[in-house]
Amino acid sequence: MTQPILRMQNVSKVFGGVKALSDVTVDVFPGDVLGIIGPNGSGKTTIVNNITGFIKPTSGKIFFKDKDITGMAPHKIADMGVTRTFQVMRPYYSLPAYKNLVIPLFSPRAKRTGGWRGGGRLGDRATVAVDILEEIGFERDSNIPFKPTSSLPTGYLKRLELARCLSLKPEVIICDEVFSGLSMSEIASMVPLIERLHAEGITIVMIEHRLRELFQVANRVMVMNFGEKLIEGTSDEVMADAKVKEAYFGSEKIEEVMTYA
Amino acid sequence: MTTQELRKERIDRGIKVRSDGLYALMSWREMAYLALPRLILIGGMLSLPLLMPGVYWQRVISIVCIYAILALSFDFLAHYVGLVSLGGAFFIGTGGYIAGILNSYFGVPPILTVPLAAVIGGVVCTILLFPCLPLKGVYFAIVTLMYPLFMARIIEAFDIFGGTDGILGIDSFSSAFVEQYFIVAMLLIFVFGIRRMVNTDMGLIFTAVMDNDQAVKASGISITKYKSLAVFIASGMGCLAGACLTHIYMWTGISQFALDFSILPIAATVIGGSGTLVGPLLGCLILVPVSELLRDFGTLRIVFYASLLVGFILFKSEGLMVFGQRKYEQFERWKGI
Repeated sequence: MTQPILRMQNVSKVFGGVKALSDVTVDVFPGDVLGIIGPNGSGKTTIVNNITGFIKPTSGKIFFKDKDITGMAPHKIADMGVTRTFQVMRPYYSLPAYKNLVIPLFSPRAKRTGGWRGGGRLGDRATVAVDILEEIGFERDSNIPFKPTSSLPTGYLKRLELARCLSLKPEVIICDEVFSGLSMSEIASMVPLIERLHAEGITIVMIEHRLRELFQVANRVMVMNFGEKLIEGTSDEVMADAKVKEAYFGSEKIEEVMTYA
Repeated sequence: MTTQELRKERIDRGIKVRSDGLYALMSWREMAYLALPRLILIGGMLSLPLLMPGVYWQRVISIVCIYAILALSFDFLAHYVGLVSLGGAFFIGTGGYIAGILNSYFGVPPILTVPLAAVIGGVVCTILLFPCLPLKGVYFAIVTLMYPLFMARIIEAFDIFGGTDGILGIDSFSSAFVEQYFIVAMLLIFVFGIRRMVNTDMGLIFTAVMDNDQAVKASGISITKYKSLAVFIASGMGCLAGACLTHIYMWTGISQFALDFSILPIAATVIGGSGTLVGPLLGCLILVPVSELLRDFGTLRIVFYASLLVGFILFKSEGLMVFGQRKYEQFERWKGI
């Protein structure tokens, strides 16, 4: 078996009295598309924040290619190639869209790698930024890449989040609900993009509520509930599991519910 | 011309339209349209010391420039990096004391103390402010307000560097001419330098840190590094101004940590137009001489001064420079194609 590229080992996170994550262990292998699903508040985003260093786990270890990255600063983790998108988009609203990418392209990692397509050589950052935006679905002929970010619709902002990851030439992208808030047609055009990134060898971890699209791209799915890992497996295995049904739809036995009430 | 034609022309005439491409090189008029405001600023500032009647008003010009450098550093930190700093007095005091100590204890001539004070002061201020860098907005403002008070009390309590008397007998600049032109030149260099810097790729990082520091972290860039770099630039400018002030007065003391140096630059920035970098200079050009003129009124000075401020905030809250720039960009009769 190959070496996991990302590994969470018994990671727990406690916020005051709330146990947001308890003893989560998961391996992500190179070339995986791991889906993480679960009801609201089950700790999915906390997993992302822990891996990318935005919060430090209370206990447990996180490894990236055998290197312990537990509690490292977010920019150092991003510098190693583990990038993330934010569920609530975080673009730079006072800049035009393409200048949003000039910032990640200015980072040490982009200077080393030359951006998404660059072979270790970075040209003019604005040009590279527009190139990346075009590949990710901003029409070059239009003036959309040059518009103020504050005037862009949600679909473009979600793509901009992905573009920020790509300009770092990432090894892992952790997508925090990239489909949420998008229309059906926008999602339909986003799925091939994710598939393309996967085909290029980028390992992807996806947190998602839209199961149909997620199952299209994910080869493994992990289900979270109340900060615990319920089950991990292929989409069919997961959907057949009784515990998952219970977490999503409540208990199957109506009598049981009635006795509690 | 009909209103409609005028309106159409106005839409086409934004300074952006001209400067974003090569349009500016189309004609002398186009180039003049871009260059003239800058030339007026440079020419005006350089001729001010010559136009002023008497030594007293020439001295006022130097003080205006010192405040303008401070206001510029405030504007840069607040509107391009997102750190609202009330540390103007801290920068002035640190720069002033470093220049004073270097000059009177070690005999370094003013030509060296000023740049040394800027660099050493910048480093000292950055190191002292470093623990506060994770703070944002008003929280950063409160902590930076604490520093000048803190420094003044320390000097007073430990009776170091001359204690409450300060350090006397510091060399002045070699002549009034050198003094004024040195400060005016530094101010102009800073205004144009900062304006240029905020538009480079590195300057964009500062704006990004202000907009959204989480996203900058996720981009693999250390925000602490860029925040401290910005604080170093701003405090270095402030310390240079402080060093000049020390050499002008030939004295340094704890009144250089007075809160005037923190507050007046902010007022000037509000009047001049925040985020424009030239606005603060304009604000200082108004506020400092007005405050000098009102000296005759004794304590009533504050009343007039405050009414002026309130008037500006009520009727031109966007600031003179923002207003002026907008009007200039709408300026119609410049060009016939």
